[in-house]
Amino acid sequence: MEPFRSHTGIGVPLRRSNVDTDQIIPAVYLKRVTRTGFEDGLFHAWRQQPDFILNIEPFSRGSVLVAGPDFGTGSSREHAVWALQDYGFRVVIASRFGDIFRGNSGKQGLLAAQVAQPDVELLWKLLENDPGTEVTVDLMEKTVQARDLTVAFGIDDYTRWRLLEGLDDIGLTLRHAEDIAAFEATRLARLPVTSAP
Amino acid sequence: MGRTLTEKVWEDHLVHSGEGAEPDLLYIDLHLVHEVTTPQAFEGLRLAGRRVRRPDLTLGTEDHNVPTTDVELPIADPVSRTQVETMRSNCAEFGVPLYPMNHAEQGIVHVVGPQLGLTQPGMTVVCGDSHTSTHGAFGALAFGIGTSEVEHVLATQTLPLRRFATMAINVTSPDGRLRPGVTSKDVVLAMIAQIGTGGGQGYVLEYRGNVIENLSMEARMTICNMSIEAGARAGMIAPDETTFAYLKGRDHAPQGADWDAAVASWRELRTDADATFDAEVDIDASALTPFVTWGTNPGQGVPLGERVPDPATIVDENERAAAEKALAYMDLAAGTPLREVAVDTVFVGSCTNGRIEDLRAAAEVIEGRKVADGVRMLVVPGSMRVRFQAEAEGLDAVFTAAGADWRSAGCSMCLGMNPDQLAPGERSASTSNRNFEGRQGRGSRTHLVSPLVAAATAVRGTLSSPEDLD
Repeated sequence: MEPFRSHTGIGVPLRRSNVDTDQIIPAVYLKRVTRTGFEDGLFHAWRQQPDFILNIEPFSRGSVLVAGPDFGTGSSREHAVWALQDYGFRVVIASRFGDIFRGNSGKQGLLAAQVAQPDVELLWKLLENDPGTEVTVDLMEKTVQARDLTVAFGIDDYTRWRLLEGLDDIGLTLRHAEDIAAFEATRLARLPVTSAP
Repeated sequence: MGRTLTEKVWEDHLVHSGEGAEPDLLYIDLHLVHEVTTPQAFEGLRLAGRRVRRPDLTLGTEDHNVPTTDVELPIADPVSRTQVETMRSNCAEFGVPLYPMNHAEQGIVHVVGPQLGLTQPGMTVVCGDSHTSTHGAFGALAFGIGTSEVEHVLATQTLPLRRFATMAINVTSPDGRLRPGVTSKDVVLAMIAQIGTGGGQGYVLEYRGNVIENLSMEARMTICNMSIEAGARAGMIAPDETTFAYLKGRDHAPQGADWDAAVASWRELRTDADATFDAEVDIDASALTPFVTWGTNPGQGVPLGERVPDPATIVDENERAAAEKALAYMDLAAGTPLREVAVDTVFVGSCTNGRIEDLRAAAEVIEGRKVADGVRMLVVPGSMRVRFQAEAEGLDAVFTAAGADWRSAGCSMCLGMNPDQLAPGERSASTSNRNFEGRQGRGSRTHLVSPLVAAATAVRGTLSSPEDLD
């Protein structure tokens, strides 16, 4: 995973709450067995509408999505994160995230930045009044800055550290390989195994 | 100080305690896999030269993509077929047991685990599917994960996790019963409407109280299944005699002296009297009536006897905007009595309500009656085992005599990854778990309901409960 320190790009105001992962990418795109190329599925239904924000220049070139509360609820599909990244997004800002989506983002290097809803409203107004405004998201300082507006964002310390260092979870866990083996040695024999009985 | 059920299971699975911001490392007892969220995980293992650490704790099934007709034939959709074939080759390559299409044990992953007795109290269970919360009905800590985490569990049989907060959901009534015609589906829909789709974020919900204690295992699974729709990581119910009776004799349940030892240890899996939850919510079930959703998230629900709400009465600006968008999408006018809303399709099935008790409940309502003209009713058992059981009881004959379609097992119209979809603009009453925009097909409109309401709706053609029938 590439280290993430700070990112600057066009901000996209998405005035919707409860953007579930079915909206981010519909199930029909989940049939693929590849890891890339999901950008065409991103917000597929909404992109059929000409006035959808990503169909409007310069928002179509955006890389910082500013969404309403409860972004990424519902299905566990990591394809939602892949689709956002494949389209070009590096950061999603919202006041609340679905837990699984937030976790998936952290694994893939998409920054899910938690910003208080009043600050989200300020960002929305700024981005709508001045389309194409660039937003700088600084993971070192935990700030979002656009023109003269600077707001703080929240992220848990461990995910922040992993993103800053670009560390891969499996590699980190395998440092505890002896602990895993020791735990397995103590597991009860009566616990089920999946081979047919 | 006492510990909650969640904390007990957590601590029993600690491989490594995290220090400071570092998460704990938790051992995973059972990893269920299906064709949709695994291909990229297996590919990751291959690229890194890793193996599946514990194929004997991993079980695969094919459910999301599979057609529910002609299951003995190859899948017609080439993309779906490729994904299912990829699942088979991955499971063969990595030694993971798999129940493929047309196998007697095939079915929806969250129906298969419990019916085989693989899901047991006190275990940790994960799957690349958010409805893994279903297995919490046994007092297991069970939750959905993303594909990166699937790869992580395949490689290490562990997950790095920060502790979840705990929330008690106390569901009570004076006599511990629900009113006639009211089911655990109505309880969980009412709960989500009460706390909201984000109300459970970060929490494990522990369902407690006399109403929960009186529910069957299958009814408990329906409640735990939809914990994710309140945003929760997991739902749990302490195991009791109902749990033990359900498990006893199942294929993978312990036997003989092991059974006795297991039950003795399972009895300890209760929240201690002096333990505290991070939050508590009370649900008064005494006044509960059948519940139905009107909008495009599972929190947008009201009792069936009410009207479509007026967004103008909603104070919160975001909620109001969401309600306006939802009504426009659903093509519903505020103030319309829900009982007057006509549907095109009724779907009975899914990991929420695709078990034998659900099919029995729907069959009892529809027996001797007919599906209304112009309405299509699809009955999709959650697993092949459920299908065989239903056929042994003659339920298939009841459904087909009423004019319903009787199908093979799979996720089917819950998410429309197979041919079972609504056409644009079509409306369903569905026993599934999500009424999101486009969930059951592009432009589809979904009302979430219980199996009883689904069956009554099929008969009348408008949203109905059994008491509306002659």
